[in-house]
Amino acid sequence: MGKSENIIELINVRKVFDDETIAVDCFNLEVKKGEFVTFLGPSGCGKTTTLRMIAGFELPTSGQILLNGEDISRLPPNKRPVNTVFQKYALFPHLNVYENIAFGLRLKKVENTYVNKEGQSYTKKQKLTKAEIDKKVKTALEIVDLEGFEKRSVSTLSGGQQQRIAIARAIVNEPEILLLDEPLGALDLKMRKEMQIELKKMHERLGITFIYVTHDQEEALAMSDKVVVINDGEIQQIGTPTEIYNEPVNTFVADFIGESNIFNGAVVGKLKVKFCGATFNCLDDYEINQLVDVVVRPEDIKICDPKEGQLKGKVISSVFKGVHYEITVGIGKFEIVIQSTYTADVGAVIGLKIEPDGIHLMEKVYTVNKYDGTITKNNAVQFGDGEFECDVTQLYEGSHLDEEGYLITAQGEKIDLTGVEVNVEVDTHDIQMSDDINAGGAQGNIISMIYKGDHYRYIVRTEENEEDYVLSCPDLWNTGDLVGVIIPKEKIKLTLKPAESN
Amino acid sequence: MKKLRFNRSQLCIPYAVFLILFVIAPLFVILYYAFTNGQGKFTFDNFANFFTSTNTLGTLLYSFAVAIVTTFVCLVLAYPTAYILARSNFKKKYVLLLLFILPMWINFTLRITALKEILSVIEGNIAAYPFLNSVIGMTFDFLPFMILPLYTSLLKLDKSLLEAASDLGANRFTVFFRITLPLSVPGIISGVTMVLLPSMTNYVVLDMLYNSTYIMGSLIGSYFSAYDWHNGSMISIVLLVIIFIVTLVTNRFSDKDTDARRTIL
Repeated sequence: MGKSENIIELINVRKVFDDETIAVDCFNLEVKKGEFVTFLGPSGCGKTTTLRMIAGFELPTSGQILLNGEDISRLPPNKRPVNTVFQKYALFPHLNVYENIAFGLRLKKVENTYVNKEGQSYTKKQKLTKAEIDKKVKTALEIVDLEGFEKRSVSTLSGGQQQRIAIARAIVNEPEILLLDEPLGALDLKMRKEMQIELKKMHERLGITFIYVTHDQEEALAMSDKVVVINDGEIQQIGTPTEIYNEPVNTFVADFIGESNIFNGAVVGKLKVKFCGATFNCLDDYEINQLVDVVVRPEDIKICDPKEGQLKGKVISSVFKGVHYEITVGIGKFEIVIQSTYTADVGAVIGLKIEPDGIHLMEKVYTVNKYDGTITKNNAVQFGDGEFECDVTQLYEGSHLDEEGYLITAQGEKIDLTGVEVNVEVDTHDIQMSDDINAGGAQGNIISMIYKGDHYRYIVRTEENEEDYVLSCPDLWNTGDLVGVIIPKEKIKLTLKPAESN
Repeated sequence: MKKLRFNRSQLCIPYAVFLILFVIAPLFVILYYAFTNGQGKFTFDNFANFFTSTNTLGTLLYSFAVAIVTTFVCLVLAYPTAYILARSNFKKKYVLLLLFILPMWINFTLRITALKEILSVIEGNIAAYPFLNSVIGMTFDFLPFMILPLYTSLLKLDKSLLEAASDLGANRFTVFFRITLPLSVPGIISGVTMVLLPSMTNYVVLDMLYNSTYIMGSLIGSYFSAYDWHNGSMISIVLLVIIFIVTLVTNRFSDKDTDARRTIL
């Protein structure tokens, strides 16, 4: 029973462009009939590609898309009971409003049942009559609140009106699923808010399943029954808006959805976690000594008297944001952002309290960078799209290098290391970045940065093979910066790869 | 010392001078000749001659026939080519486009001479097929002018419109006839204007193909070489008016689209 409720199911869907760029990977999703599902993620994360695969504009490289249990992943778009509202509306400029909306209806054939003279009933596939089309177009225009616009040319309409026509053109076909590809992206803020409410109402009224793509987290939280957070072509988390907001599974989700303070922490006891130099009670159960990322939402931190607070800090800034104040507090080398309806004077010392349910722990994903490397003839090591100087003597205990660069083991054996494959490990805090892209062994662009209270965590990705360097750095850089990656010689840990068993 | 002041509009002075000397002034000269006789007296005789002479009217009709058939053949050949070129994902498609445009770079005389030799081999006596050879020669000459505007207008076509159409249930044929074709009308019109009008007058092609038939251009040429400036000028004026009307009509057509190509007017 539970299975048949799913109107659409994506099973292990993967899309690779030009044989190399992985746009979507391991995409598994179930959508129930009538749900409002939102794909949320930064631009280029693969959310639009996934939507286009459901619509039929792209074919998945592998995996299945099931509609009501039937595999539709190879069907062309015109054979799918799915309609799309395009990002830039894609209204036909040579047709007027009426003809735009009637486009799908004119192509549609419906089965009508008749009774012949002998009293037997038979069905016939027929086009819709003019009167039927008229009626449906009129209803669709009523739904989007644009009655009387039939004869208008689409180029005379405002952005918001074009958007409504695009929606009318899609829903008039009564699709089983309506796909919306960032439909409000081109509208101004006020218009967007209005359309959000209208879309939500429309969804309730029509009972059609909506799959909505956006990069706007507020929009996603406000409208959806279910949010699918996507990054780098992979699903990060699926859940209701409250689940996504209150229980993010990793720092990406925590950082992407809403404001958050993210710290490095360690579990110091049963339901006790230490971060920012203090120990807190929490609700997440992890093993003692486990390193964790701690996420605290700004509104979960309460200001109190310095004597009563779990933390004590000095107010660095306080900005009025309408409903609340956004207060930045310095605690030693850490910075914490608080949202509070109370203000605090800059420079004042205040106490902070965090209730256990305001602290979210998640297992640290990046503690060490691991690569497959090869020793080059200069006794440097090649990995992650770069070549770094290293200490190869650590591979054999007690060994040293002779003048010609050969490795002499403790037993006096002479080894040429050129081409030897090794495992490389580098701690996140041992990698440095430099403006001079040739300063280190590799170079890449900063693709992600997350503030961790006293430092930032960056991911630098190389262009060639998209190798990632995860590093911690107290200085502020910008995402997109092209930087050189420097790793001190002594910080590169090498181990020999175990001999291949086959 | 007085400073020389330049204004941006002064940049068009050289062209304006050229225009006045070589376009507007000759136009008045033609007008003068068209409405005077050998004695320099004002007359409508030349005008009457044009519409009473079976020779001129026949040539006008024949020119129209050559031009229309040529334009049609060009369109039929160019549309699929431009469509395939514009829609292909082939990374080096500019090379392909170049192959089609390349004949434009080769000297006209050389091209037509080559065509003449080829036609002689195939047809034997090329003077025997005047109409066919006129069309072949003109098509050969003007095809790139049809491909280019079609290619640009098909390339500009927003792909999401095609996706939207197929999303709404249209199969490939419906997408083509309901979306692609109507939206490439500006390209078709500008291609047609660029082929139809010159192929009514370009008699050099016919001359070089040893063609004995006359089109409008050849008629003007023959009057002028017989020093009959008056009748020759009248034909030019009539032709000018025809071209003006055709352009007006086609532009009215493409005005429906906001970004109509105003290549001619």
